[in-house]
Amino acid sequence: MKQWRAIAWQDIKESVRAWWFFIYALIFGGTVALLFILGVTESQILGFMGLGRLLLTFIQLCVAILPVFVLISTVRSIVGDRESHVLEYWLSMPIALGDYYWGKFFGRFLVIFLPVFFALIGATIWGSYIDITVPWHLFWLYSALLVAICGCFLGFGFLISTLTRHQEVALSVSLVLWLVLLLFMDLILIGVMLQERASPELVVSIALANPLQSFRTAAMVLFDPRLAVLGPTADIILDFFGQVGFLVYALIYPLFLGFVSAFTGFLIFKRGDQI
Amino acid sequence: MIQIKGIEKKFQRHQVLDGVEVSINAGDRIALIGSNGAGKTSLIRCILGEYSFTGDLKVSGLDPRKQRVDVLGQVGFVPQLPPPLKVRVEELISLTAQLMKVSVDKIRLVAEQLGLDITRHNKQIFFKLSGGMKQKLLIAIALARDPKILILDEPAANLDPDARETFFSLLGNMPKETVMLLSSHRVDEISGLVNRVIEMDQGKVVLDNPYVPSVKKGA
Repeated sequence: MKQWRAIAWQDIKESVRAWWFFIYALIFGGTVALLFILGVTESQILGFMGLGRLLLTFIQLCVAILPVFVLISTVRSIVGDRESHVLEYWLSMPIALGDYYWGKFFGRFLVIFLPVFFALIGATIWGSYIDITVPWHLFWLYSALLVAICGCFLGFGFLISTLTRHQEVALSVSLVLWLVLLLFMDLILIGVMLQERASPELVVSIALANPLQSFRTAAMVLFDPRLAVLGPTADIILDFFGQVGFLVYALIYPLFLGFVSAFTGFLIFKRGDQI
Repeated sequence: MIQIKGIEKKFQRHQVLDGVEVSINAGDRIALIGSNGAGKTSLIRCILGEYSFTGDLKVSGLDPRKQRVDVLGQVGFVPQLPPPLKVRVEELISLTAQLMKVSVDKIRLVAEQLGLDITRHNKQIFFKLSGGMKQKLLIAIALARDPKILILDEPAANLDPDARETFFSLLGNMPKETVMLLSSHRVDEISGLVNRVIEMDQGKVVLDNPYVPSVKKGA
């Protein structure tokens, strides 16, 4: 087995035993169960009901809370190991820094992605069991969106983890980042900026740069092709990209952002003091 | 084996290593002594390639920062405090054996020589073991790889007298050309093992002498 795979596998085993993982899996698995119990599949939005309605609600909840969960659970990975002297021990082994870093990254990606993905799969299995039509196009789109959300915020988490020297600082920075991204979503600060007649180019650029905004818009776009339920920025963006173009953008841009962040984190990790 | 020429390390304004010059040859068994903050651990971390520094440091002619895998392939390391690894004992042994390319059985054998019953503790999480058990396992992992360079930071601090005796005996049986760098506050704790003493103070080497243990009167 390659060394990075051994590190990834070890990180998966450690994470699965941790309390945060138990709570994380419970929240996202429990959310799907709760949505079924609450009868979301029987309610209607914009003419949509059934499992599609449930998946939409689930992905909207994921857009709202998954980033902060990913940040909180991953931001401590490198800085936490450094503070507890775990990193000093592992790095005394003949292992390349890239193998260690990317092994941790890949392991952590699976740990955060698989519970939400399994929740999605669980919803479709249960939906099939109780004879609800499974909207497979939504299933695949939302699975891809979950990959993009996890990859993006994992990258941010690893960058913050290598930049900071203390876990408390890393946690604070990640919360501030999440709040800033949340503030610059369509219905909050951007709405205010439009009211105050800010330059449309500026507003659209900010919205495009915000991965949370792109996730939210992409999650809605198949239901509501004109995005009437969202604010004005999403509509302008949609006019510019078109539906398919925007979906491609919403999947590739966050992954690119996450990879650039993780790679920057790796360069910082490699060049400075590792412990 | 290890050539250190004028290395310096600073944390903001605090100079932790100040122009350290040391040449370590095969067979040198060094007591690296000094008070807290003298620079012992920083020097060890530079040798392990974990700290960036200015100056020149080569291990077997290799740069530990740029050729860390080749350098660390020759080094066995036991930290001062066992890290809180959240892995099962069997997983730690299996992973380290894989990373160091040694057999799991060899690690088990050395651990058993040190009095650690691996089979009994296989499923336990490493950080839940007692301090002595953790130290024994880390020593077993370091010794099992037959390192050319053995770096031990306060290695016997958590060991009971029997384990300490076995440990010192295992160190004494290491091949003669093995380099040992034993960090300690006091040289008398490791006097039977070393043939050279390097003392550090405020980031500098203040003493570097051959060491011959004094013979007690009446012996």
